[in-house]
Amino acid sequence: MRLGLVIDIDTCVGCHACATACKQWNTSGTTGPLTDYRPYGENPSGVWFNRIRHYEIGDYPNNKTINFPMSCMHCEDADCVTVCPTGASYKRAEDGVVLVDQTKCMGCNYCSWACPYGARELDRESGTMKKCTLCIDRIYDEELEEIDRQPACVITCPAHARYFGDFDDPNSEVSKLVRERAGMQLMPELGYNPTNRYLPPRLTTPIPTDDVRKTDLISSVKQWVNKAIAR
Amino acid sequence: MHPAFSVIFFTVTSGAGFGLFTLLAILHVFGLVDMTQETVLWAGIIGLVLVAVGLMSSTFHLANPKNAWRAFFRFKTSWLSREGVFAVLFYPFALLYLLGVFLQGAEINGFFKAMGILGAILAVITIFSTGMIYGCLKTIRQWNTALTPANYIFMGLALGGLLMVSALSYQDGADVMGVTGLTVTLLAIAALAKAVYYFWVAKVTGPTINTATGFTRAAVRLLDTGHTAGTFLTEEFGYEPDHSVVTALKTLVFALGFGLPILLLALVLAGQAGPGMALWATVSAFLGIIAERWLFFAEARHVVNLYHGAQHT
Repeated sequence: MRLGLVIDIDTCVGCHACATACKQWNTSGTTGPLTDYRPYGENPSGVWFNRIRHYEIGDYPNNKTINFPMSCMHCEDADCVTVCPTGASYKRAEDGVVLVDQTKCMGCNYCSWACPYGARELDRESGTMKKCTLCIDRIYDEELEEIDRQPACVITCPAHARYFGDFDDPNSEVSKLVRERAGMQLMPELGYNPTNRYLPPRLTTPIPTDDVRKTDLISSVKQWVNKAIAR
Repeated sequence: MHPAFSVIFFTVTSGAGFGLFTLLAILHVFGLVDMTQETVLWAGIIGLVLVAVGLMSSTFHLANPKNAWRAFFRFKTSWLSREGVFAVLFYPFALLYLLGVFLQGAEINGFFKAMGILGAILAVITIFSTGMIYGCLKTIRQWNTALTPANYIFMGLALGGLLMVSALSYQDGADVMGVTGLTVTLLAIAALAKAVYYFWVAKVTGPTINTATGFTRAAVRLLDTGHTAGTFLTEEFGYEPDHSVVTALKTLVFALGFGLPILLLALVLAGQAGPGMALWATVSAFLGIIAERWLFFAEARHVVNLYHGAQHT
């Protein structure tokens, strides 16, 4: 098995619900708590397993806003695991999930240096490295109904932009999506062979704007007056 | 990268300590320089103290030091673990060698000689491992080069040479010319290797914001990082040194780290100054190489910065 996520950047609306759901589930999960620093003070900060960034692709008028959620990619060649001096970081042979044993970690930060995707964050309170567990305490929990045995971020996504599954199974939904929509890896040139894939935006024809009716002078003045006069 | 003082201090002092021990053992065991028992013991102790102080300071940057003992158990894959193992393995050999000198004087038997040489070999392997901790990271192109461990070894040996001349300057009637010449050569090689390094990292290569996001056929610009305050990632990797500071420090590296020490040792070689001048050369070199090590961290740009808006590293 090779478990991981597929993230559809065509449909992701950038609402940060996945990050919030992740924080909510995992702060009381196996590697919790996800400590917050100054939560109600100035410059609040803290540990997150999942962060969403926003980019502009292309130049106006052929540009597009892209929302970009990123968590651990559960790489096949995970350098964060090989550089770890204590053996706290490990990759499970049975499903490829990369985890940190909180009882062994000495907080040297070296694994976070080796990770190109910024997936690892030091908890300054516990002094240990924390990262996405792919909700390991959820996906194998037989107390839950089968549909709920998925990572919190996947279940919560309102745009249905996240998929969880086994990449080793060619007939799984994630494998099919990667095949059909040319799912890509991030920074493949570094050779980490990340498991998580991103589905690029679908090709769309631009909506023509040349034929949009121009407003005449009188209605322009009316619009201006309506804006200028405060009610 | 955020230049953490503990790691700068650790790499410079332990490198100098290992360099001093390496030169001491080789010059003494092979009889290349006449040394008294006192000189060997003092130089050896200074070397071991520098290594010990450096190793101890390296634990200061750990967030959870109670698990530090576990760092010896991933020798198979981790250069950080290897460095720890080699550094600890170095001690029994170094101490046995110094014990031999303590018991038998400057003329030690074959067993203690072998201990000294094995200690010297382990010392060089440890400096190499320190360099490889940084050199093996594919995420930081400024470090991911063979020049990184080479620089660590050359600078460790050069600082060791300066300390060796300084130690010999306290020995009455010691012939310091050979060691001084060797140290000038080591300093020159270290300076050249560092110059090649600065030339090498000035050219931008590796991942860009395009390969980081997968959009390789269009311009990509950051709109929002998604967080209002700093995160662990921006604090650890977001450090961006002032360009003018970098240029000034690079001048300082070559002036204080290599230029002035070579000049001062040249005065010793020319007979214009006594061997005591080596002490000033050592102080100058330490200042210059601390600046070099600060730059080594401050100038390293991690690829995660691409996700925070950097176009390239």
